[in-house]
Amino acid sequence: MAQPVGFFTDTTLCIGCKACEVACKEWNGLPSNPLEFKGSYDNTGQLDHANWRHVRFVEQAGTSQDKPIAWSMMSDVCKHCANASCLEVCPTNAIVRTEFDTVFIQQDVCNGCRDCISACPYGVIGFNSNTGTAQKCTFCYDRLQNNLKPACATACPTQSIKFGPLDEMRKTAAARLDTLHQQGMSQARIYGNQEYGGLHALFLITDKPETYSLPSTESAVLPSRNNIPSYLTATVTAVVAAVAGLIAFRRRGEAKI
Amino acid sequence: MPGEHFVVAPGWTWFILLYFFFAGISGGAYVIGTMLRLWGNPADLAASRLAFIVSFPLLLICPILLTIDLGQPARFWHMLVDAGSGALTFKAYSPMSLGVWGLTLFGLFGFVMFLAAVGEGGYLRWRILAGAGRVMGSALGKVFMVIGAIFAFFVAAYTGVLLAVSNQPVWSDTWTLGGLFLASGLSGAAATILLLSRGRREAALTEGKLMEADRYFIILELVLIALFLITLGGVVSKVLGGGWIILWLVVLVGTLVPLVAEWRPTLVRQLPPVVVPVLVLVGVLALRAVIIFSAQA
Repeated sequence: MAQPVGFFTDTTLCIGCKACEVACKEWNGLPSNPLEFKGSYDNTGQLDHANWRHVRFVEQAGTSQDKPIAWSMMSDVCKHCANASCLEVCPTNAIVRTEFDTVFIQQDVCNGCRDCISACPYGVIGFNSNTGTAQKCTFCYDRLQNNLKPACATACPTQSIKFGPLDEMRKTAAARLDTLHQQGMSQARIYGNQEYGGLHALFLITDKPETYSLPSTESAVLPSRNNIPSYLTATVTAVVAAVAGLIAFRRRGEAKI
Repeated sequence: MPGEHFVVAPGWTWFILLYFFFAGISGGAYVIGTMLRLWGNPADLAASRLAFIVSFPLLLICPILLTIDLGQPARFWHMLVDAGSGALTFKAYSPMSLGVWGLTLFGLFGFVMFLAAVGEGGYLRWRILAGAGRVMGSALGKVFMVIGAIFAFFVAAYTGVLLAVSNQPVWSDTWTLGGLFLASGLSGAAATILLLSRGRREAALTEGKLMEADRYFIILELVLIALFLITLGGVVSKVLGGGWIILWLVVLVGTLVPLVAEWRPTLVRQLPPVVVPVLVLVGVLALRAVIIFSAQA
Protein backbone atom coordinates (compact mmCIF):
# COMPACT_ATOMS: atom_id res chain seq x y z
CA MET A 1 0.00 0.00 0.00
CA ALA A 2 1.41 3.32 -1.09
CA GLN A 3 1.47 6.02 1.54
CA PRO A 4 -0.86 9.05 1.44
CA VAL A 5 0.66 11.96 -0.44
CA GLY A 6 0.06 15.68 -0.21
CA PHE A 7 0.86 19.10 -1.57
CA PHE A 8 1.94 21.97 0.62
CA THR A 9 1.50 25.28 -1.19
CA ASP A 10 3.18 28.22 0.53
CA THR A 11 1.51 31.34 -0.84
CA THR A 12 4.22 33.59 0.63
CA LEU A 13 6.68 32.08 -1.86
CA CYS A 14 4.44 32.21 -4.93
CA ILE A 15 5.51 34.79 -7.52
CA GLY A 16 2.63 34.17 -9.92
CA CYS A 17 4.81 32.87 -12.76
CA LYS A 18 2.24 30.18 -13.65
CA ALA A 19 4.94 27.63 -14.41
CA CYS A 20 2.81 25.13 -12.48
CA GLU A 21 -0.17 25.78 -14.76
CA VAL A 22 1.95 25.32 -17.87
CA ALA A 23 3.60 22.15 -16.57
CA CYS A 24 0.18 20.73 -15.65
CA LYS A 25 -1.21 21.47 -19.10
CA GLU A 26 1.89 20.05 -20.80
CA TRP A 27 1.92 16.79 -18.87
CA ASN A 28 -1.83 16.19 -18.93
CA GLY A 29 -2.35 17.36 -22.51
CA LEU A 30 -4.87 20.03 -21.51
CA PRO A 31 -5.90 22.68 -24.06
CA SER A 32 -4.57 26.22 -23.80
CA ASN A 33 -6.80 29.03 -22.60
CA PRO A 34 -8.30 31.57 -25.02
CA LEU A 35 -6.20 34.73 -25.34
CA GLU A 36 -8.42 37.30 -23.70
CA PHE A 37 -8.00 39.97 -21.06
CA LYS A 38 -10.11 39.27 -18.00
CA GLY A 39 -9.44 42.61 -16.28
CA SER A 40 -6.66 41.14 -14.17
CA TYR A 41 -3.22 39.59 -14.55
CA ASP A 42 -5.04 36.46 -13.42
CA ASN A 43 -5.86 35.60 -17.01
CA THR A 44 -6.68 31.94 -16.28
CA GLY A 45 -9.79 32.81 -14.32
CA GLN A 46 -10.61 29.65 -12.43
CA LEU A 47 -10.06 25.94 -12.05
CA ASP A 48 -12.09 23.92 -14.55
CA HIS A 49 -11.92 20.93 -16.87
CA ALA A 50 -8.95 22.43 -18.74
CA ASN A 51 -7.21 24.16 -15.81
CA TRP A 52 -6.22 21.75 -13.07
CA ARG A 53 -3.80 24.25 -11.53
CA HIS A 54 -4.73 27.90 -11.29
CA VAL A 55 -2.54 30.66 -9.88
CA ARG A 56 -5.07 32.87 -8.18
CA PHE A 57 -4.13 36.57 -8.13
CA VAL A 58 -5.90 37.96 -5.09
CA GLU A 59 -5.99 41.71 -5.61
CA GLN A 60 -6.61 43.89 -2.55
CA ALA A 61 -6.24 47.58 -1.72
CA GLY A 62 -2.60 48.45 -1.08
CA THR A 63 -1.09 50.07 1.95
CA SER A 64 0.08 53.36 0.38
CA GLN A 65 -0.16 55.51 -2.73
CA ASP A 66 3.10 54.00 -3.98
CA LYS A 67 1.58 50.54 -3.59
CA PRO A 68 -2.06 50.94 -4.64
CA ILE A 69 -2.60 47.20 -5.06
CA ALA A 70 -1.48 44.36 -2.84
CA TRP A 71 -1.34 40.97 -4.47
CA SER A 72 -1.53 37.63 -2.78
CA MET A 73 -0.86 34.75 -5.10
CA MET A 74 -1.95 31.21 -4.53
CA SER A 75 -1.51 28.24 -6.81
CA ASP A 76 -4.87 26.58 -6.37
CA VAL A 77 -5.61 22.93 -7.07
CA CYS A 78 -8.00 20.11 -6.15
CA LYS A 79 -7.77 19.56 -2.41
CA HIS A 80 -8.20 15.75 -2.60
CA CYS A 81 -10.26 16.00 0.61
CA ALA A 82 -10.23 13.10 3.08
CA ASN A 83 -14.03 13.46 3.21
CA ALA A 84 -14.68 14.45 -0.38
CA SER A 85 -18.03 16.00 -1.33
CA CYS A 86 -17.65 14.91 -4.97
CA LEU A 87 -16.96 11.30 -4.06
CA GLU A 88 -19.90 11.31 -1.67
CA VAL A 89 -22.52 12.27 -4.28
CA CYS A 90 -21.10 10.51 -7.37
CA PRO A 91 -23.83 8.02 -8.37
CA THR A 92 -21.68 5.89 -10.69
CA ASN A 93 -18.62 5.26 -8.52
CA ALA A 94 -16.60 7.03 -11.21
CA ILE A 95 -14.91 9.04 -8.47
CA VAL A 96 -12.63 6.82 -6.42
CA ARG A 97 -9.90 7.10 -3.82
CA THR A 98 -6.54 5.87 -5.08
CA GLU A 99 -3.86 3.92 -3.26
CA PHE A 100 -2.18 7.30 -2.61
CA ASP A 101 -5.35 8.47 -0.79
CA THR A 102 -6.04 11.00 -3.56
CA VAL A 103 -9.39 11.53 -5.33
CA PHE A 104 -9.54 10.44 -8.96
CA ILE A 105 -12.28 10.63 -11.61
CA GLN A 106 -12.26 7.54 -13.83
CA GLN A 107 -12.87 8.98 -17.27
CA ASP A 108 -14.14 5.69 -18.69
CA VAL A 109 -16.80 5.41 -15.97
CA CYS A 110 -18.02 9.01 -15.54
CA ASN A 111 -21.28 9.58 -17.43
CA GLY A 112 -21.30 13.36 -17.11
CA CYS A 113 -24.21 13.76 -14.67
CA ARG A 114 -22.38 16.73 -13.07
CA ASP A 115 -23.59 16.02 -9.54
CA CYS A 116 -19.97 16.29 -8.36
CA ILE A 117 -19.73 19.82 -9.79
CA SER A 118 -22.61 21.04 -7.64
CA ALA A 119 -21.06 19.32 -4.61
CA CYS A 120 -17.43 20.53 -4.72
CA PRO A 121 -17.20 23.52 -2.35
CA TYR A 122 -13.95 24.66 -3.97
CA GLY A 123 -15.27 24.89 -7.54
CA VAL A 124 -12.55 22.53 -8.69
CA ILE A 125 -14.37 20.21 -11.10
CA GLY A 126 -15.32 21.26 -14.62
CA PHE A 127 -17.40 19.61 -17.32
CA ASN A 128 -15.59 18.84 -20.57
CA SER A 129 -18.19 19.04 -23.32
CA ASN A 130 -15.84 17.27 -25.75
CA THR A 131 -15.44 14.15 -23.64
CA GLY A 132 -18.82 14.51 -21.91
CA THR A 133 -17.21 13.92 -18.53
CA ALA A 134 -16.25 15.78 -15.36
CA GLN A 135 -12.55 16.52 -15.05
CA LYS A 136 -10.11 17.79 -12.45
CA CYS A 137 -6.58 17.39 -11.13
CA THR A 138 -5.52 13.73 -10.99
CA PHE A 139 -2.61 14.51 -8.65
CA CYS A 140 -0.62 13.26 -11.66
CA TYR A 141 -1.73 9.73 -10.82
CA ASP A 142 0.29 8.31 -13.69
CA ARG A 143 3.45 10.03 -12.42
CA LEU A 144 2.83 8.89 -8.84
CA GLN A 145 2.57 5.30 -10.06
CA ASN A 146 6.02 5.75 -11.57
CA ASN A 147 7.56 7.38 -8.49
CA LEU A 148 7.60 10.82 -10.07
CA LYS A 149 6.56 14.10 -8.46
CA PRO A 150 3.45 15.79 -9.90
CA ALA A 151 4.31 18.08 -12.80
CA CYS A 152 3.32 21.29 -10.99
CA ALA A 153 5.54 20.64 -7.96
CA THR A 154 8.40 19.67 -10.26
CA ALA A 155 8.16 22.88 -12.26
CA CYS A 156 7.62 25.39 -9.41
CA PRO A 157 10.78 27.57 -9.45
CA THR A 158 10.33 28.99 -5.92
CA GLN A 159 9.32 25.77 -4.20
CA SER A 160 6.01 27.37 -3.29
CA ILE A 161 4.48 23.99 -4.22
CA LYS A 162 5.97 21.16 -2.23
CA PHE A 163 5.08 17.52 -2.62
CA GLY A 164 5.68 14.50 -0.41
CA PRO A 165 4.11 12.11 2.07
CA LEU A 166 1.13 13.82 3.70
CA ASP A 167 2.53 13.53 7.26
CA GLU A 168 5.75 15.09 6.09
CA MET A 169 3.89 17.93 4.38
CA ARG A 170 1.96 18.64 7.59
CA LYS A 171 5.24 18.87 9.53
CA THR A 172 6.80 21.10 6.85
CA ALA A 173 3.75 23.37 6.93
CA ALA A 174 3.81 23.61 10.74
CA ALA A 175 7.53 24.44 10.75
CA ARG A 176 7.09 27.13 8.09
CA LEU A 177 4.19 28.62 10.03
CA ASP A 178 6.35 28.80 13.17
CA THR A 179 9.05 30.60 11.22
CA LEU A 180 6.62 33.17 9.83
CA HIS A 181 5.03 33.73 13.24
CA GLN A 182 8.50 34.31 14.71
CA GLN A 183 9.14 36.85 11.95
CA GLY A 184 6.05 38.74 13.06
CA MET A 185 3.65 37.52 10.36
CA SER A 186 0.97 36.73 12.91
CA GLN A 187 -1.86 36.54 10.36
CA ALA A 188 -0.28 33.53 8.63
CA ARG A 189 -2.20 30.26 9.03
CA ILE A 190 -2.38 26.78 7.60
CA TYR A 191 -5.53 25.86 5.68
CA GLY A 192 -6.39 22.21 5.26
CA ASN A 193 -5.58 20.48 8.52
CA GLN A 194 -9.19 20.35 9.73
CA GLU A 195 -11.39 21.05 6.73
CA TYR A 196 -13.15 18.02 5.22
CA GLY A 197 -11.31 15.60 7.47
CA GLY A 198 -7.97 17.00 6.36
CA LEU A 199 -7.00 18.03 2.86
CA HIS A 200 -4.28 16.51 0.75
CA ALA A 201 -3.45 20.00 -0.47
CA LEU A 202 -2.40 22.23 2.42
CA PHE A 203 -2.04 25.96 1.99
CA LEU A 204 -0.13 28.54 3.98
CA ILE A 205 -2.21 31.68 3.66
CA THR A 206 -1.84 35.17 5.11
CA ASP A 207 -5.47 36.23 5.25
CA LYS A 208 -8.79 34.65 6.07
CA PRO A 209 -9.66 31.65 3.85
CA GLU A 210 -12.54 33.41 2.04
CA THR A 211 -10.03 35.89 0.60
CA TYR A 212 -8.58 32.98 -1.38
CA SER A 213 -12.03 31.58 -2.26
CA LEU A 214 -11.65 28.86 0.33
CA PRO A 215 -14.63 28.13 2.63
CA SER A 216 -13.92 28.75 6.30
CA THR A 217 -13.50 25.79 8.63
CA GLU A 218 -17.08 26.27 9.87
CA SER A 219 -18.42 26.38 6.29
CA ALA A 220 -16.48 23.28 5.20
CA VAL A 221 -19.48 20.93 5.36
CA LEU A 222 -20.47 17.91 3.29
CA PRO A 223 -23.56 17.75 1.03
CA SER A 224 -24.87 14.76 2.98
CA ARG A 225 -25.64 17.08 5.92
CA ASN A 226 -28.87 17.93 4.10
CA ASN A 227 -30.05 14.34 3.57
CA ILE A 228 -31.90 13.81 6.85
CA PRO A 229 -33.55 17.27 7.17
CA SER A 230 -34.64 17.22 3.52
CA TYR A 231 -36.07 13.70 3.58
CA LEU A 232 -37.70 14.48 6.92
CA THR A 233 -39.45 17.55 5.45
CA ALA A 234 -40.55 15.47 2.47
CA THR A 235 -41.91 12.76 4.79
CA VAL A 236 -43.85 15.27 6.91
CA THR A 237 -45.20 16.82 3.69
CA ALA A 238 -46.23 13.37 2.45
CA VAL A 239 -48.09 12.66 5.69
CA VAL A 240 -49.86 16.04 5.62
CA ALA A 241 -50.73 15.50 1.92
CA ALA A 242 -52.12 12.05 2.73
CA VAL A 243 -54.30 13.54 5.46
CA ALA A 244 -55.41 16.25 3.00
CA GLY A 245 -56.24 13.49 0.51
CA LEU A 246 -58.20 11.60 3.13
CA ILE A 247 -60.26 14.70 3.90
CA ALA A 248 -60.82 15.57 0.24
CA PHE A 249 -61.45 12.08 -1.16
CA ARG A 250 -63.26 10.46 1.79
CA ARG A 251 -66.52 8.61 1.16
CA ARG A 252 -69.51 10.79 1.65
CA GLY A 253 -72.44 8.60 2.56
CA GLU A 254 -72.01 6.23 -0.36
CA ALA A 255 -70.87 2.68 -0.71
CA LYS A 256 -67.22 1.83 -0.26
CA ILE A 257 -65.26 0.93 -3.38
CA MET B 1 -26.16 31.44 8.49
CA PRO B 2 -25.56 29.47 5.29
CA GLY B 3 -21.99 28.34 4.72
CA GLU B 4 -19.98 30.23 2.15
CA HIS B 5 -18.92 27.97 -0.69
CA PHE B 6 -17.25 28.63 -4.01
CA VAL B 7 -19.13 26.16 -6.13
CA VAL B 8 -19.42 26.12 -9.91
CA ALA B 9 -22.89 25.66 -11.41
CA PRO B 10 -23.46 22.12 -12.72
CA GLY B 11 -25.26 23.39 -15.81
CA TRP B 12 -28.54 21.62 -15.09
CA THR B 13 -31.02 23.39 -17.31
CA TRP B 14 -34.01 22.56 -19.51
CA PHE B 15 -33.87 18.76 -19.54
CA ILE B 16 -33.54 18.69 -15.76
CA LEU B 17 -36.34 21.23 -15.38
CA LEU B 18 -38.67 19.13 -17.50
CA TYR B 19 -37.57 15.97 -15.71
CA PHE B 20 -38.38 17.49 -12.32
CA PHE B 21 -41.74 18.67 -13.69
CA PHE B 22 -42.81 15.31 -15.10
CA ALA B 23 -41.44 13.32 -12.13
CA GLY B 24 -43.52 15.49 -9.78
CA ILE B 25 -46.70 15.06 -11.78
CA SER B 26 -46.18 11.34 -12.42
CA GLY B 27 -45.53 10.60 -8.74
CA GLY B 28 -48.36 12.89 -7.68
CA ALA B 29 -50.83 11.29 -10.09
CA TYR B 30 -50.05 7.80 -8.78
CA VAL B 31 -50.53 9.00 -5.19
CA ILE B 32 -53.87 10.63 -6.06
CA GLY B 33 -54.99 7.51 -7.93
CA THR B 34 -54.18 5.43 -4.85
CA MET B 35 -55.90 7.80 -2.42
CA LEU B 36 -59.05 7.94 -4.57
CA ARG B 37 -59.21 4.17 -4.66
CA LEU B 38 -58.55 3.75 -0.93
CA TRP B 39 -60.81 6.43 0.41
CA GLY B 40 -63.17 7.38 -2.42
CA ASN B 41 -66.60 6.33 -3.70
CA PRO B 42 -67.26 3.93 -6.59
CA ALA B 43 -67.90 7.07 -8.60
CA ASP B 44 -64.21 8.02 -8.12
CA LEU B 45 -62.93 4.87 -9.82
CA ALA B 46 -62.87 6.52 -13.23
CA ALA B 47 -60.73 9.44 -12.00
CA SER B 48 -58.46 6.98 -10.18
CA ARG B 49 -58.00 5.00 -13.40
CA LEU B 50 -57.23 8.21 -15.24
CA ALA B 51 -54.59 9.07 -12.62
CA PHE B 52 -52.80 5.74 -13.09
CA ILE B 53 -53.11 5.95 -16.87
CA VAL B 54 -51.53 9.44 -16.83
CA SER B 55 -48.81 8.60 -14.33
CA PHE B 56 -46.93 5.91 -16.24
CA PRO B 57 -46.46 7.62 -19.65
CA LEU B 58 -45.23 10.76 -17.85
CA LEU B 59 -42.83 8.61 -15.89
CA LEU B 60 -41.49 7.12 -19.13
CA ILE B 61 -40.40 10.58 -20.26
CA CYS B 62 -38.22 10.99 -17.16
CA PRO B 63 -35.35 8.57 -17.91
CA ILE B 64 -35.28 9.85 -21.49
CA LEU B 65 -34.76 13.43 -20.28
CA LEU B 66 -32.20 12.33 -17.71
CA THR B 67 -30.24 10.34 -20.27
CA ILE B 68 -30.22 13.13 -22.85
CA ASP B 69 -28.85 15.48 -20.20
CA LEU B 70 -25.85 13.26 -19.47
CA GLY B 71 -22.50 14.10 -21.04
CA GLN B 72 -22.19 10.41 -21.96
CA PRO B 73 -25.76 9.18 -22.50
CA ALA B 74 -24.60 5.68 -23.48
CA ARG B 75 -23.26 5.27 -19.96
CA PHE B 76 -26.61 5.79 -18.26
CA TRP B 77 -26.46 2.23 -16.94
CA HIS B 78 -23.42 3.16 -14.82
CA MET B 79 -25.97 4.64 -12.41
CA LEU B 80 -27.33 1.13 -11.79
CA VAL B 81 -24.39 -1.20 -12.37
CA ASP B 82 -20.77 -0.65 -11.38
CA ALA B 83 -18.81 -0.50 -14.62
CA GLY B 84 -15.78 -2.14 -13.00
CA SER B 85 -17.14 -4.92 -10.83
CA GLY B 86 -20.53 -5.51 -12.42
CA ALA B 87 -22.17 -5.24 -8.99
CA LEU B 88 -25.20 -3.06 -8.46
CA THR B 89 -24.38 0.59 -7.74
CA PHE B 90 -26.27 1.94 -4.77
CA LYS B 91 -25.35 4.82 -2.49
CA ALA B 92 -28.01 5.57 0.11
CA TYR B 93 -26.53 9.00 0.89
CA SER B 94 -26.41 10.07 -2.80
CA PRO B 95 -29.93 11.22 -3.78
CA MET B 96 -29.06 10.76 -7.46
CA SER B 97 -28.17 7.11 -6.87
CA LEU B 98 -31.21 6.59 -4.68
CA GLY B 99 -33.38 8.47 -7.19
CA VAL B 100 -32.40 6.26 -10.13
CA TRP B 101 -33.37 3.19 -8.12
CA GLY B 102 -36.55 4.92 -6.97
CA LEU B 103 -37.47 5.70 -10.58
CA THR B 104 -36.78 2.12 -11.66
CA LEU B 105 -38.88 0.57 -8.89
CA PHE B 106 -41.65 3.14 -9.24
CA GLY B 107 -41.62 2.32 -12.94
CA LEU B 108 -42.49 -1.29 -12.13
CA PHE B 109 -45.41 -0.31 -9.89
CA GLY B 110 -46.53 2.41 -12.29
CA PHE B 111 -46.50 -0.03 -15.21
CA VAL B 112 -48.54 -2.67 -13.39
CA MET B 113 -51.08 -0.10 -12.20
CA PHE B 114 -51.23 1.39 -15.69
CA LEU B 115 -52.07 -2.02 -17.16
CA ALA B 116 -54.56 -2.74 -14.39
CA ALA B 117 -56.30 0.62 -14.95
CA VAL B 118 -56.37 0.06 -18.71
CA GLY B 119 -57.83 -3.41 -18.15
CA GLU B 120 -60.37 -2.27 -15.59
CA GLY B 121 -61.51 0.56 -17.80
CA GLY B 122 -61.91 -1.83 -20.72
CA TYR B 123 -59.57 0.17 -22.94
CA LEU B 124 -57.71 -3.00 -23.89
CA ARG B 125 -59.63 -6.23 -23.97
CA TRP B 126 -56.70 -8.58 -23.39
CA ARG B 127 -57.47 -11.79 -21.58
CA ILE B 128 -54.64 -11.19 -19.11
CA LEU B 129 -56.22 -7.88 -18.09
CA ALA B 130 -59.73 -9.30 -17.71
CA GLY B 131 -59.68 -9.58 -13.92
CA ALA B 132 -57.65 -6.41 -13.37
CA GLY B 133 -60.41 -4.53 -11.57
CA ARG B 134 -61.04 -7.40 -9.17
CA VAL B 135 -57.32 -7.77 -8.42
CA MET B 136 -56.94 -4.02 -7.82
CA GLY B 137 -59.79 -4.13 -5.33
CA SER B 138 -58.37 -7.11 -3.43
CA ALA B 139 -56.32 -6.73 -0.23
CA LEU B 140 -53.18 -7.82 -2.09
CA GLY B 141 -53.87 -5.32 -4.84
CA LYS B 142 -54.28 -2.55 -2.30
CA VAL B 143 -51.01 -3.48 -0.55
CA PHE B 144 -49.25 -3.45 -3.91
CA MET B 145 -50.79 -0.09 -4.77
CA VAL B 146 -49.79 1.45 -1.42
CA ILE B 147 -46.19 0.23 -1.70
CA GLY B 148 -46.11 1.82 -5.14
CA ALA B 149 -47.47 5.04 -3.61
CA ILE B 150 -44.49 5.16 -1.25
CA PHE B 151 -42.18 5.07 -4.29
CA ALA B 152 -44.43 7.64 -5.99
CA PHE B 153 -44.09 10.00 -3.02
CA PHE B 154 -40.34 9.45 -3.17
CA VAL B 155 -40.03 10.17 -6.91
CA ALA B 156 -42.05 13.37 -6.58
CA ALA B 157 -39.99 14.56 -3.60
CA TYR B 158 -36.41 13.36 -4.08
CA THR B 159 -35.68 15.82 -6.91
CA GLY B 160 -35.78 18.58 -4.29
CA VAL B 161 -33.54 16.57 -1.97
CA LEU B 162 -31.14 16.05 -4.89
CA LEU B 163 -30.69 19.81 -5.20
CA ALA B 164 -30.31 20.26 -1.44
CA VAL B 165 -27.63 17.58 -1.10
CA SER B 166 -24.97 19.72 -2.73
CA ASN B 167 -22.93 22.73 -1.79
CA GLN B 168 -24.68 25.01 -4.30
CA PRO B 169 -25.85 28.30 -2.80
CA VAL B 170 -29.65 28.43 -2.36
CA TRP B 171 -30.19 24.69 -2.91
CA SER B 172 -27.99 23.60 -0.02
CA ASP B 173 -29.08 26.44 2.26
CA THR B 174 -32.58 25.08 2.86
CA TRP B 175 -34.22 21.86 4.02
CA THR B 176 -37.56 22.62 2.36
CA LEU B 177 -37.04 21.58 -1.28
CA GLY B 178 -38.02 17.91 -0.95
CA GLY B 179 -41.34 18.83 0.66
CA LEU B 180 -41.90 21.79 -1.63
CA PHE B 181 -41.43 19.78 -4.84
CA LEU B 182 -43.72 17.07 -3.45
CA ALA B 183 -46.52 19.50 -2.58
CA SER B 184 -46.17 21.24 -5.92
CA GLY B 185 -46.07 17.91 -7.77
CA LEU B 186 -49.28 16.78 -6.08
CA SER B 187 -50.96 20.05 -6.98
CA GLY B 188 -49.78 19.71 -10.59
CA ALA B 189 -51.04 16.12 -10.69
CA ALA B 190 -54.49 17.10 -9.39
CA ALA B 191 -54.61 19.83 -12.05
CA THR B 192 -53.56 17.36 -14.78
CA ILE B 193 -56.28 14.88 -13.79
CA LEU B 194 -58.83 17.72 -13.65
CA LEU B 195 -57.74 18.89 -17.09
CA LEU B 196 -57.99 15.43 -18.62
CA SER B 197 -61.28 14.57 -16.94
CA ARG B 198 -63.07 17.52 -18.58
CA GLY B 199 -64.10 15.51 -21.59
CA ARG B 200 -64.87 12.33 -19.65
CA ARG B 201 -68.24 12.27 -17.98
CA GLU B 202 -67.39 9.48 -15.51
CA ALA B 203 -64.10 10.99 -14.34
CA ALA B 204 -65.67 14.44 -14.07
CA LEU B 205 -67.79 13.14 -11.16
CA THR B 206 -64.69 13.48 -8.97
CA GLU B 207 -64.01 17.06 -10.06
CA GLY B 208 -65.15 18.60 -6.78
CA LYS B 209 -62.95 16.31 -4.71
CA LEU B 210 -59.94 16.93 -6.91
CA MET B 211 -60.46 20.68 -6.61
CA GLU B 212 -60.69 20.38 -2.85
CA ALA B 213 -57.51 18.28 -2.72
CA ASP B 214 -55.71 20.71 -5.00
CA ARG B 215 -56.69 23.53 -2.66
CA TYR B 216 -55.01 21.75 0.26
CA PHE B 217 -51.92 20.91 -1.83
CA ILE B 218 -51.62 24.55 -2.90
CA ILE B 219 -51.88 25.75 0.70
CA LEU B 220 -49.16 23.25 1.66
CA GLU B 221 -47.07 24.47 -1.25
CA LEU B 222 -47.48 28.13 -0.22
CA VAL B 223 -46.45 27.33 3.35
CA LEU B 224 -43.35 25.55 2.05
CA ILE B 225 -42.55 28.43 -0.33
CA ALA B 226 -42.63 30.79 2.66
CA LEU B 227 -40.39 28.44 4.65
CA PHE B 228 -38.07 28.12 1.66
CA LEU B 229 -37.61 31.89 1.44
CA ILE B 230 -37.21 32.27 5.21
CA THR B 231 -34.59 29.52 5.50
CA LEU B 232 -32.47 31.07 2.75
CA GLY B 233 -31.55 33.99 5.02
CA GLY B 234 -29.10 36.32 3.29
CA VAL B 235 -29.05 34.24 0.09
CA VAL B 236 -32.71 35.03 -0.57
CA SER B 237 -31.74 37.96 -2.82
CA LYS B 238 -30.29 35.45 -5.28
CA VAL B 239 -33.72 33.94 -5.93
CA LEU B 240 -35.80 37.10 -5.63
CA GLY B 241 -33.48 39.59 -7.30
CA GLY B 242 -33.16 40.55 -10.93
CA GLY B 243 -35.60 39.10 -13.40
CA TRP B 244 -36.42 36.09 -11.21
CA ILE B 245 -39.23 38.03 -9.60
CA ILE B 246 -41.19 37.57 -12.86
CA LEU B 247 -41.09 33.80 -12.45
CA TRP B 248 -42.17 34.19 -8.81
CA LEU B 249 -45.13 36.23 -10.01
CA VAL B 250 -46.03 33.37 -12.34
CA VAL B 251 -45.77 31.01 -9.34
CA LEU B 252 -48.06 33.30 -7.35
CA VAL B 253 -50.60 33.50 -10.18
CA GLY B 254 -50.36 29.71 -10.54
CA THR B 255 -51.19 29.20 -6.88
CA LEU B 256 -53.33 32.10 -5.70
CA VAL B 257 -55.69 32.31 -8.70
CA PRO B 258 -56.52 28.56 -8.58
CA LEU B 259 -56.90 28.82 -4.81
CA VAL B 260 -59.42 31.65 -5.13
CA ALA B 261 -61.10 29.97 -8.10
CA GLU B 262 -61.56 26.70 -6.25
CA TRP B 263 -62.68 28.36 -3.03
CA ARG B 264 -64.90 31.05 -4.49
CA PRO B 265 -65.95 29.78 -7.94
CA THR B 266 -68.30 32.70 -8.44
CA LEU B 267 -65.36 35.10 -8.65
CA VAL B 268 -63.81 33.40 -11.66
CA ARG B 269 -66.88 31.86 -13.28
CA GLN B 270 -66.26 33.81 -16.44
CA LEU B 271 -62.97 31.98 -17.06
CA PRO B 272 -62.98 28.92 -19.34
CA PRO B 273 -62.71 25.79 -17.14
CA VAL B 274 -59.30 24.76 -18.50
CA VAL B 275 -57.67 28.01 -17.37
CA VAL B 276 -57.31 27.13 -13.69
CA PRO B 277 -55.60 23.72 -14.16
CA VAL B 278 -53.35 25.22 -16.84
CA LEU B 279 -52.39 28.05 -14.45
CA VAL B 280 -51.51 25.47 -11.80
CA LEU B 281 -49.29 23.55 -14.23
CA VAL B 282 -47.55 26.72 -15.42
CA GLY B 283 -46.97 27.64 -11.76
CA VAL B 284 -45.50 24.20 -11.02
CA LEU B 285 -43.10 24.59 -13.94
CA ALA B 286 -42.19 28.18 -12.99
CA LEU B 287 -41.45 27.18 -9.39
CA ARG B 288 -38.96 24.56 -10.49
CA ALA B 289 -37.49 26.90 -13.11
CA VAL B 290 -36.84 29.74 -10.67
CA ILE B 291 -35.23 27.41 -8.13
CA ILE B 292 -33.09 25.57 -10.67
CA PHE B 293 -31.98 28.56 -12.74
CA SER B 294 -31.57 31.32 -10.13
CA ALA B 295 -29.15 29.27 -8.03
CA GLN B 296 -26.94 28.67 -11.05
CA ALA B 297 -26.98 32.22 -12.40
